Amino acid sequence: MNTSALIMLLAAEGIVTAFTLYFFIKVLKTPPKPDTGVDHIEEDEHRTFRYDAT
Amino acid sequence: MSTNKENWGSRVGLILAMAGNAVGLGNFLRFPVQAIQNGGGAFIIPYLVCFLLMGIPLLWIEWSMGRFGGKKGHHSTPFILGAMDKRAFWKYIGVFGIFTNIAVAAYYCYLESWTLSYVYHSIAGSFSGQSPEQVASFFGDYISLKTAEPVIFWILCLLLNTWILSRGLSGGVEAVAKIGMPLLLLFGTVLAIKGVTLKAGEDGALFDGTVGLNFLWTPDFSTIWTPKVWLAAAGQIFFTLSVGMGSIQCYASYVKSKDDIALNAMSAGWMNEFVEVVLGSAIIIPISIGYLGIDKVIELTKTGGLGLGFKTLPYLFQQWGPLLAALAGVMWFGLLFFAGITSSLAMGTPCMGFMQDEFKWGREKAAWVFGLVVFLLGLPTVIFFNEGVFDEYDYWAGTVSLVVFALAEVILFAWVFGIDKGWNEITTGADIEIPVIFKFIIKYITPLFLAAVFIGSLPDIVSKLTAEVSIYVHLSRLLLLGLFAGISYLVYVAYKKRVSENRFI
Repeated sequence: MNTSALIMLLAAEGIVTAFTLYFFIKVLKTPPKPDTGVDHIEEDEHRTFRYDAT
Repeated sequence: MSTNKENWGSRVGLILAMAGNAVGLGNFLRFPVQAIQNGGGAFIIPYLVCFLLMGIPLLWIEWSMGRFGGKKGHHSTPFILGAMDKRAFWKYIGVFGIFTNIAVAAYYCYLESWTLSYVYHSIAGSFSGQSPEQVASFFGDYISLKTAEPVIFWILCLLLNTWILSRGLSGGVEAVAKIGMPLLLLFGTVLAIKGVTLKAGEDGALFDGTVGLNFLWTPDFSTIWTPKVWLAAAGQIFFTLSVGMGSIQCYASYVKSKDDIALNAMSAGWMNEFVEVVLGSAIIIPISIGYLGIDKVIELTKTGGLGLGFKTLPYLFQQWGPLLAALAGVMWFGLLFFAGITSSLAMGTPCMGFMQDEFKWGREKAAWVFGLVVFLLGLPTVIFFNEGVFDEYDYWAGTVSLVVFALAEVILFAWVFGIDKGWNEITTGADIEIPVIFKFIIKYITPLFLAAVFIGSLPDIVSKLTAEVSIYVHLSRLLLLGLFAGISYLVYVAYKKRVSENRFI
């Protein structure tokens, strides 16, 4: 391979592989957030229907 | 209350499903062809810049919109967008997020079924002893429906997708992603190693595999300021990440309200980039050039990567002997199948989520009705493939709709919902610190990038609309319009139902 192709290949694949591994390992190492129970559905402040659907 | 009680089983499962949603056939067939047609190794520069300025922001936007909607009990874009701004207009923009998924699934499942069929033929040794012309004409005969086999595999594929969807999010989609993604990575790695270690003179190869890599990665820096190259790079980033479809929002709507989305989005997004840049560049081009030479491959890729993948590689694999040929065929078409099915499953969930949320349908009913709609809508793409129906679906639903929807949602998120509220949504529960510069990028740069992609595609849209087309193409456009109108009507009915039941929007 010529030098410029090799540099582009190593740089691009190096960057992509490094970021992929970094983020995936971070996911694996991050402890799960404490479960606060059922995830309640939020309601809007006021159940007003001020607009038309048309 | 909605009948929708789905949840992700694990964080890794969610990331693999999201990555699987993004990883598609284009990672292996489209990216390397785009690279060699747009400056070789230099293409990676605009490509990564577009990923940074458009891809990553869009991922964060869609993940946070999804989680925001999920908090309010919405799992499809019409009411997710409707929850972000009270104007009715946005609900109908959100229709794109269901329409695109159904319309793309209609032709994508057919494409997926080809890979399943080619796995079978690789095991059965159907290509053994065939000439290059015979292997190519096998594909021509296949899509011309010379036998009933393509229809059988297509229906099998639809049934498989529907059955998995009916098993639910953690029991179906997530389980498939947990099996499919590692296998895809394994198959891709084995084929990439085989591709780059090809030796001239061995197994009939004319050139080393590194000749293909050299050709793909040699930069032509004179192209780097060409608008066409930037448009190609932006387009590739856009389509590879599956943004602008509504499926990311749907998956993210099942994330718990306090859970991270920032790191999850990064992990899934970069995993897709790994598959595309590292694996995608090391299989089809090195192997093809190793056997055919650069000039022939340039000629073959003028019509895209599909021909190379289905007409050429099965023949080239035969040069490795019967056993390796069968194995390579299973791995190549197997990885394409896993890339396909993890994406097509993602296309089913927004439609199902909508029907479960709004019309209280059960999961199984929603899945089987989705399968039926995809079957009916996909039938013309199968029967009239050679008349251009497949390409027409791909153009309007799989290309134009994505850009329009992404542009609309980024405007909604950054300018209507408001960047401060939006930023708060992205960073809530985040397990990584997001550089604050992205607030500026999301507000100004990403919309500009998307507007440029949209404006850049306008001449093509106009020429498509003004060109003389067959009756089949006209009918397929009418079908797509009818689908959009039908979903809009359902959104209207759902809204009225919510009002009459005094349910919040």
